[in-house]
This record gives sequence, C-alpha cells and structure tokens, in this order.
Amino acid sequence: MVAAAQVPVYHGPFGKKEAERLLWRAGFGPKPGEAKEVARKGLKRAVDDLLHPPSPRLIGKAPTADGGEPLSPRDAWGHDHLWWLDRMVRSNQQLVERMTLIWHDWFATSNAGVGSQKWMLNQNSLFRKRALGNFESLLIAVTRDPAMLIWLNGRDNTKWSPNENYARELMEIFSLGAGSGYTEDDVREQARALTGWRNDWEDGAGDVNFRYDATRHDNGVKFVFGHSGNFGWEDACRLCVQHPPHLTYFVRRLWSYFVPTPPPATTESALKALYKRSGHEIAPVVGAILRHPRLYTGPAMLKPPVVQVAGMLRARGRPVDTGAWAWISEIDGQRLFYPPNVAGWSEDRWLDTSTFRGRWIAANYAARKYALDPGAASGKLPLDAQELLSRALDFWGNPGLKRDTRTALLGFAKSALADADQSWKKAQYPVLVLNALRMLVAVSPDYQTC
Amino acid sequence: MLRRSVAEAGRGLPIIEEGMPLPAGSGLSRRTFLTRTAGFALAVYGASKLPLGLFEEGIARAAAPTDPILVSIFLDGGADSLSMLYPAGDAQYAALRPTLALAPEAGLPFAEDTSLHWHPSLAPLAELHGEGKVSAIPAIGYTNADQSHFTSRHYWEVGATDAHLRTGWMGRYLDVAGTMDNPLQGLALSDSLQPSLASTNVPIAAVSQVDDYGFWAQNVWGEPETRMLDAIGSFTASSDPGRAQVAEVASRVAHLREQLLPFDNGNWGSPVTYPTSSDPFPARLAGLAAMIAAGLPLRCVTVSAPGMYDTHADQATDFGSALALTADSLKAFQRDLEARGLADRVIVHVWSEFGRRGEENGSLGTDHGAAGMGLLIGSQVKGQMLGEFPGLASGLDEDGNLKATFDFRSLYCSLLEQWFSTDAAAIIPSAASFDRPSLLK
Repeated sequence: MVAAAQVPVYHGPFGKKEAERLLWRAGFGPKPGEAKEVARKGLKRAVDDLLHPPSPRLIGKAPTADGGEPLSPRDAWGHDHLWWLDRMVRSNQQLVERMTLIWHDWFATSNAGVGSQKWMLNQNSLFRKRALGNFESLLIAVTRDPAMLIWLNGRDNTKWSPNENYARELMEIFSLGAGSGYTEDDVREQARALTGWRNDWEDGAGDVNFRYDATRHDNGVKFVFGHSGNFGWEDACRLCVQHPPHLTYFVRRLWSYFVPTPPPATTESALKALYKRSGHEIAPVVGAILRHPRLYTGPAMLKPPVVQVAGMLRARGRPVDTGAWAWISEIDGQRLFYPPNVAGWSEDRWLDTSTFRGRWIAANYAARKYALDPGAASGKLPLDAQELLSRALDFWGNPGLKRDTRTALLGFAKSALADADQSWKKAQYPVLVLNALRMLVAVSPDYQTC
Repeated sequence: MLRRSVAEAGRGLPIIEEGMPLPAGSGLSRRTFLTRTAGFALAVYGASKLPLGLFEEGIARAAAPTDPILVSIFLDGGADSLSMLYPAGDAQYAALRPTLALAPEAGLPFAEDTSLHWHPSLAPLAELHGEGKVSAIPAIGYTNADQSHFTSRHYWEVGATDAHLRTGWMGRYLDVAGTMDNPLQGLALSDSLQPSLASTNVPIAAVSQVDDYGFWAQNVWGEPETRMLDAIGSFTASSDPGRAQVAEVASRVAHLREQLLPFDNGNWGSPVTYPTSSDPFPARLAGLAAMIAAGLPLRCVTVSAPGMYDTHADQATDFGSALALTADSLKAFQRDLEARGLADRVIVHVWSEFGRRGEENGSLGTDHGAAGMGLLIGSQVKGQMLGEFPGLASGLDEDGNLKATFDFRSLYCSLLEQWFSTDAAAIIPSAASFDRPSLLK
C-alpha cells in the first residue's frame, strides 16, 4: 500500500504580513501589535496556538446597548447579533469563534424560521463547543438540535407521515452535496430513519421539551446508499459521513472558507486521506489548511461583513457599545442568526453597490466617536499628506497597504490639502482630511480583503 | 460564506454549494450606471467593453413602443399547485389533504372546469380569467423532476434539464434578438442579476435601490468631503483579483452615487392603486408599468413574488397571504397597463421550481413534489387552460407527486415563437421535440 501524500506546508517568510493574513482568516483580525507578536512565534506555533487556545476568556469591557444597559441576547431585538459580535471581538479563542461562524453558515439555520433567540443561542453554543471536534459527532448533535428540529421540520417527521425536509438537506447541504451519491429513494429512506423527534408547546415558554419518542419512530428496514437495516436517526448521520462522497464535499467546502482558490488535486487527496485517517476529526484538516502555502501565497480574500466589523473593533480596542451593529448588519449583508437560506450566505454576493454602502456605514460607526473636531483641534495637525495618512493607518492598527492604494490615498490627501487657500482652511482641512482618510483606509481594497 | 473565493467571484465563479449547478450568469461582469431617459440606476452585466455612455444612446435608439414584453414572476420555494387550483370536493383530495384540503365553497370555481377551484387568495386572477386574460397551466413541469430547489430552479432558469448550462433561456433569446447597446432589454427588478436573463453577448441590467444612497462620514464636510467621495472611485488594485474586485465595486459606487444625487424616487404616476406592503413587489410592478409607459425598450423582465413557498409545515399560515399580495399586485399591474393603453404589449408568466407532494406530510405542510402550477396573464393571452389537470386518481406518479401534463420547455418554445416571433430552435435545446400549443388570441 502506498502511503498517502502529505499536505504541503508553507516554508516561506512568516512576517507581519503573513501573520496578519492568518489572524484575519482564522479569526477576526489582529489587535494592535498582535500581528508582530504572532510573526515572532513562526507559522507552526502560531497555528498550534490557534488550534489549542488557553481556556476560554472574554478579554475587555462587557458589551452594552446604546443606553449602556447590558445585553438581553435571548429577548431583545438585535441583541443576539450584538452578543455574538462581542465574542468575536473579545474571545481569546479566535479560531474556535471563527469555526463557530463557519458552522453557522454550513448548517445555516435562520431565526426567521425558528422564531426563538433562545434556541438559536443554544445552537450557537453547540457549534462553539464542537467547533474543532469530530464532524460525525457534530452532525449528530446538529440533527437533534432544537433550532434545527424546528427549522427543517425534524420534529414533524413521524413514522405515520415522514417529512423529508431534513433528510434532503442533510445530504444535499450538510454532508454530500447535490447529486453526490444519493437518490430520491435515499431521501425518503433517510427521512424514515430520522423519524421520532418531537416537542411540546407551552404558552409563554414556546417550544419546549424536545425529545426522541420511540413510538413515533419507523422501526422498519430502510435501504440507504445500498445498505439495509433498521436504521435510526444517528445511523442516518453516520451513513452520510461514511459515504465516500462525503470526503470530497467536506474537504472542498472547509477549504473554501479559508482559501479563495480551489485546492490543488494532490492537496485535495492528501486532505481527504488525513480527514479519513483521523476518524473525521475537524482540527487536523483545519490545521493543514492554515499551514498550506496557498493561504500565504494566493490571492486576497474579501472579509465577510461581520469579520470586517469585529476586526475594526478589535483594532480600536473598542467594546460593543451600540445597538447600531444589528441594523447595520442588515445593510452590509450579514445579520447573524439570519442566513438567507439553508445553503448559507453566498460569498459571491458579499460585495455589490448596496453592501459596499453597508460597509461604509459600518466604518463610519466604528470611527465616528473618535472623529476629530476641526474646531477643537485646529492648528494641531500638519498640512502634510504623508503624515495624515500615517496617522489614519495608525488609527486602524497599521494594516499593510499596497503601493497602488497608498498612491490613491495620498492623491486624495494632497489635492484636498491643496484646496486650503485660506488660513481657516489651513487650520481645519487637515482635520477633515484625517477623518476622511480613516474612512477611505477602512473601505480600501487592502483593508476589505485579507 | 467564504466558499469559493471572492477573488474568483469577482471574475465570477461562485458556486452555491459543491455539486449544485452553477447559476446561469455567474461570471458576468457588472457595472452600474444611470440612464437619464429612465431615471434609474442600472447594474449592467456583460458587454464590459462598451463605454457606459453608449448604453444611453442605445436605449434611446432602441425605444420601440410596440415591442412585446415578457414579465417573468418567480414563486420561490416550490408553490403548492394543489392549493392554487384545487380539485374541490374530490374525495381523494380530501383524503390526501386531511388538514390542508380547501373546502369547495372557499374559492371561486374555475370557469373552464368547475371541478377545480381557485385558492381564495387568487380571486383577483379568477376575475381576470373571467375576462379571458389568464391561461392556467395546472400541471407544468418535466419528467423525472429533480426535487432539489437549487437544481430544479436552475433547469427552469436555463430552459433545459442541464446542470451545466450557464446562460438563461431569456438571456439566449436576447443574444439572438437584442442589441449590444441596450441593457434594458433584459431587466431584473431586484438587487442582483436573475439567472434566467444571463446572456452571452448582450448587456442586461438590474435596477437597484435608488433612494437613500448616501455616504456620510462624521466631521467630514465641504471641499474635503467632495474629494473623499470622489476618492472612493480612485482605487485601482489591479495586482490581485480579490483586491481588484473591491476596487471595481468601489468605482461603481462612486459613479452610481454621483448619478443618483438628483434622483427623486417613487412617483410613478400610476393610474391605479397598488397594494400597500413592506414587500417591494407591488412597488416594483408599479415602477415597471411606468417604465413601459415611458417607452423604455424592455423585452424580458424578472421579478420575485413576495413570500416563501417552501411550505413543509404550517402551510395554511403564510401561503395565503403571500399569494394574495402576489395576485392583488398582478391584477393592479394588469389594470395599470390597461389604463395606460399598454396591455397588449405585455405577458406575465408566473412559475415556480416545482409543485408539492399530493399527500400532506403530517406537519400541516407538504414536501417537494413534481409538476406545479403556471400562469400566463395578459390581454393577448388566449385565456384557455394549457395542458390538463391530470386528476389525483391516475395523475400521481409512483412517489405520489403530480405528473406533468405540460412541459415547461414547450411553454418557452411557444412564447419565443408566438410572442417574440423568434425561432425557438436557436434558443431551447431539442426545441423540435416539444409541442407548440397556441398561447395567444
């Protein structure tokens, strides 16, 4: 037997630039100075530390809504979004939090169909707990998760009248991919295997008491992927994970969250072998992707809207202190707990003329409370485009800028300063220009991608 | 989310999910401009080598107020045809649908076959049907229906059961009949391109929100603000496809913002009253009627109907209200066109990716089925049923789904030839194998 090829590992330089990219793709961006610290660790230790973080801690000031009151994530509109955004900003387990976001997209469940922030948060905690665990266990846990049982009608699926919704998406979206090794008969048989879940409704409490009820389960023999047996709901999940097309689906999809171009064929087979060998563990595959040369040498990747927002707050060391992030998320295109459908967010729609405006509004909300007052600060800033740009970059924790972006920003600053033909303008325009530069840096191609 | 790259999405290789067909139109470039004739912001797809100014001239030149227009209305999720036009009083219907069966007296009888009744929410269409302006298609679909939303919808969009086809059926028509400088010929009334309009050669467009397109920054005003807003469009970032995509969108944003400055949205001068709703559907139709009235050179237009029709549970709750808003808006649109003397130029086609299972599922809902309901609406349509209702006794397949008595490609071929006077053979694969029922008066 020929040993499976190893997954290639990046051996190029690992400086601030590479560390920044890793921190954005595996987390929510660097805090000021963090990229340099991580660069000093080197790639291997940097990835090991992400995979094996210290015990969970939220560092910094607790989140509040506009009036300074604490959040009510289970009840108040938008506080679910704020609550999770806060964890993205403050968690010392950045990769765990990022994987939680990936599972939210992978097993896309929307509160538009669930109607309970409580159950959505309960599911969120499941994703976090199993973020880097075993995929089969994750799939089994998701299958019995109350929010999912509501969302895809798992609780409505009984031996007397099977509901196929969950069985179909289990294969099409969660484990195998459309048209990958299953038939309509498999959908129906899997629906039978998944029968038995139910819950009660209590006035005031809503959906409660989710449980498996054997009297609702179809105990007959089912035929799935050519196997037969008296399969139950856990068997339905295991059959999917053990079905060969799952390996390809899992590896390609997981890869696509971290690297914008498809994996080379040899990498894909090596990742599949690694995943299979590990017994469907998630962490080894994520680790191999984070060490892969493509991540550091390939093209830039657009940051998802919520990652961009969390990253701006981390760069500023600013806590979640306004409810605005919830409504802004609806304009920038990523309202947490409300993915557009069961296939999750489509990354090809992250950026258009509408969502770009959402990202602008987000940048303004991140920066506005620090905006300099041209009246108060008059005379304190130099009429110097280079100096103003350098201060604007400093404001966002000194993200790297490519030459073309730097040229565009300096061009703006120089011409705006050249407009200052009167003494009051010479005093005030540098302030206005610095405020403007902070915005332009934030929406620049360099800071919107990683 | 991060699947596929943004880098590639810029060039456009988005894949919704591994294994799903790539939506038609993926990969077309997109630019936005304002047509002064129309007073709209348009996102223009394809034809990226033409300067945007040319479109303005093309639109003016192409304005031909006699051309036929097709409006395609999509019911997202697989609408339940057995509720839209239901076999009232049928014992088997009552048995299959113990909780969802509609009572015979609930909806108006369907005049052509009174064993069928309209869903109560479709009363406005029953009225138009009584005037001979609606052709119902009670079991439209294709054999071996795919029950994935994403795959079946793709088939309808591309006009073939081909997962790999990348152009939409209307897009291919526009490639044959359209011009290189008129993006309004294929118009999606939505925030993004509709795949059925995806073309290879000619430009097509999407109308985006035109009001409230401000870019405000705290403590930036006067000359520096003007410079800042211009600077949004000054990024180049050509060295990397991911960064280049941001630069390109930013440049469109700057252009669009400038064009929208004088825009005052929302006064369509509609001669009729459209339903009031938080859903944009009625306003989009009102705007569409105004665009047609202004003589804009439209040919194929797409709009998504309000609501989500994937009713696996509690179907009775939301289905009726979404359908009612759809039907009320469509009737208002028809009356609007009639009042403006434009009704002979427009046919509305209503479709969904599949129907639903005959038997309800025990969750007060229905699972994915096969054949579904289609409608043609307009003063020029024949007003006669297309295909037949196959009945529940022999009309269900071995999976309990309604069998198609009418192929969707047959409808496409007939629309192309009879409404657009274009040979369907150049547009629909295997066109010769589909019937050509007569659609028009």
